[in-house]
Amino acid sequence: MLRGMVGPEGIEPLPARTDADAACHILHIDMDAFFASVEQLRHPEARGRPVIVGGTGPRGVVASADYIARTYGVHSAMPMVRALRLCPDAVVFPPNGESYRRASEAVLDIFRSITPEVEPLSLDEAFLDVSGAGRRLGGPARVAELIRDRVRREQQLTCSVGVAGSKFVAKLASTQCKPDGLLLVPTARTTAFLHPLPVGALWGVGEKTEEALRRHGLRTVGDVADVPVDVLRGELGDALGSRLSALARGHDERQVVPVSPDKSIGAEETFGTDVADVDVIHRELLRLSEKVARRLRAGGQVGRTVVVKLRRADFSTVTRSRTLAEYTDVAREINGAARDLYASAGMEQERLRLVGVRVEGVTEASGVHRQLALGEPEAGWREAEQAMDRVTRRFGPGVIQPATLAERGEDDQ
Amino acid sequence: MKFRVERDVLADAVAWTARALPVRPSVPVLAGILLDASEGESGQKLKLSSFDYEVSAQVSVDIDAEDPGTTLVSGRLLAEITRNLPPQTVEISADAGKVVVSCGSAKFTLLTLPVEDYPTLPEMPRVTGSVGSDVFAAAVSQVAVAAGRDDTLPMLTGVRVEIEGDTVTLASTDRYRLAVRELSWSPENSGLSAVALVPAKTLAETAKSLTGGAEVSIALSETESGEGMIGFEGGGRRTTTRLLDGEFPKYRALLPDSFSSVAEVQKAEFMEAVKRVSLVAERNTPLRLAFSDDRLVLEAGTGDEAQAVEVLDASLDGDEIQIAFNSAFLLDGLNAIDSDIARLQFTTSTKPAIITGKPADEAATADYRYLIMPVRLSS
Repeated sequence: MLRGMVGPEGIEPLPARTDADAACHILHIDMDAFFASVEQLRHPEARGRPVIVGGTGPRGVVASADYIARTYGVHSAMPMVRALRLCPDAVVFPPNGESYRRASEAVLDIFRSITPEVEPLSLDEAFLDVSGAGRRLGGPARVAELIRDRVRREQQLTCSVGVAGSKFVAKLASTQCKPDGLLLVPTARTTAFLHPLPVGALWGVGEKTEEALRRHGLRTVGDVADVPVDVLRGELGDALGSRLSALARGHDERQVVPVSPDKSIGAEETFGTDVADVDVIHRELLRLSEKVARRLRAGGQVGRTVVVKLRRADFSTVTRSRTLAEYTDVAREINGAARDLYASAGMEQERLRLVGVRVEGVTEASGVHRQLALGEPEAGWREAEQAMDRVTRRFGPGVIQPATLAERGEDDQ
Repeated sequence: MKFRVERDVLADAVAWTARALPVRPSVPVLAGILLDASEGESGQKLKLSSFDYEVSAQVSVDIDAEDPGTTLVSGRLLAEITRNLPPQTVEISADAGKVVVSCGSAKFTLLTLPVEDYPTLPEMPRVTGSVGSDVFAAAVSQVAVAAGRDDTLPMLTGVRVEIEGDTVTLASTDRYRLAVRELSWSPENSGLSAVALVPAKTLAETAKSLTGGAEVSIALSETESGEGMIGFEGGGRRTTTRLLDGEFPKYRALLPDSFSSVAEVQKAEFMEAVKRVSLVAERNTPLRLAFSDDRLVLEAGTGDEAQAVEVLDASLDGDEIQIAFNSAFLLDGLNAIDSDIARLQFTTSTKPAIITGKPADEAATADYRYLIMPVRLSS
């Protein structure tokens, strides 16, 4: 595990306090052996053994290998047959996209709680712009530490983080410190960090371009930086020539483009003290469901997937989701699903620190048709809740609510 | 045990019995088919039985028995083997833990399962009446199409069977449509009144497989609660099924009895048009129907997606109406009516519609009704 920064003499340990990261607002976060690590969590019996995820058929290919398997020479995109010849003791799991997506969402949730400026590149990789988080949480290196810590505690996964002034350098930095590492490249050290790297490290340099550069004796990024930009443009064409010249000098103007998650509306509550009482959790789920449904109705929206988030006292977090048969904006329906999900998570005896209810797959209510059911009353819970909305608008929040949520007066039995 | 039987007779009997074999047997013996060769009043018979604690199946066939006896062998394997035997006489003998099946030049040796561990099949309840096997199979398939498939609502996965004297009423609903069929039968006791909730899938398969004989006898256990059971017998085959528990919706109250418009459309044309137009309807988007004096306009899709429209001749008596349906539910209903002309009855665009065949005799009420709930359009 590497925690360092690029200094005058090469990589040195990261000091406890530094302002060398002042202009390094870009983080590149790369999950370590992501699929294999998720499988290890799902299958504790595989811990300590080499783990490979990939197709198990005769033409199967390795999708992910953990760091033990990698010491045997196994890497992704390798035919499975070959991988198993190199590492016959490996435990092999077929890819389970749903689990990886869920784990990825949970990790992205952590990133998004730090800054909305999150640009996911794939399930296991994202760029963050943390310039806005500085005042609250500390400098970029501090924020990177915080994220690594939360990912480890809440999801039991490790990641590697590159901290730099541009996307390109941040991504190179995270590659250099894998696994479970952190590498800060202060802007003053950018060229020193880049120049010894092979030209293949430059963004957009594939085999063909690398070959073309080699023919001209350009082997390292430093070599490319020393060549006048016009020469590069003549050799590689205007666009590529200009870009490589800029990158080699450490210039990369690409911004982090936040991609908002699938539209969702959610609410969560962190308890003052951890709660194990099922009744209290049920009441909280109802309160959160009411809140989410009210926000859906206020925005003229409906959603289809109900997600419940349960965080234990030790910060480990479980999310469970269910897709309903019909779109809804009704608290009663959301709460029904949320209670079932809580029950099926099997955490009814556990002390919880936080619970959350979220509705995903949100869309405009005006675009959704409703299959009517037999014997369904013309006016049902939706109409009751709409009436509650009107009362709230007129008399203020808290005036009307489900009886379970009402504060009990002294005289109440 | 030793007997001879014709290959086709054996293969049919084994295949039918194998239907009730559990996919994942809770105890190993349930994977077996019990073979019992005996000499009775009606000659030499082989009785084949299977059972999975829900459904039991039993069939008797004529054999040429040399030595009576009982044995239990893997049902799946026996079914595979008999299906692939050449069309000749099959000889089966059992001895010392092995069963030998020979046919022509082929010979199979199978291991037996312990007969003494095999559960006793439930007794057939007392016969309560009988019905023509083809009529019964057709009626069940008309109704089972509307049964639910969601096991979290078990009472909706059944067909409700109501017996009132010489009338049997079958009904199924998945909350979005309701199919009801009335048929006449011959009860043993004309004052009989009984109800049962039978798993729809099992009932549909059973009814279809009993069309070999002219009649099907139906046997219903007396008690409505507890271990309720229904039995069917026809053409030498008998099967019992455990009944479902739970309250079936009070569906009669849901069937509207007055309408503001009645439309009639050629069924085949209508079905073709529904299939064509709904090609552009993505999942969950409805098919819109507009009935006016002499025509029906079918539409699907809206402004920012693919759209389709088709116009058909139709007759309308009453108010013009626009109404939207899930096209799959509509097709199920049209497909189930047994008439070339579909009759649709409406009240409003948010109230259930009824699909029936046009009755041959105007005075008669349709014996099959398919109620379909509309889709409420959002704007």
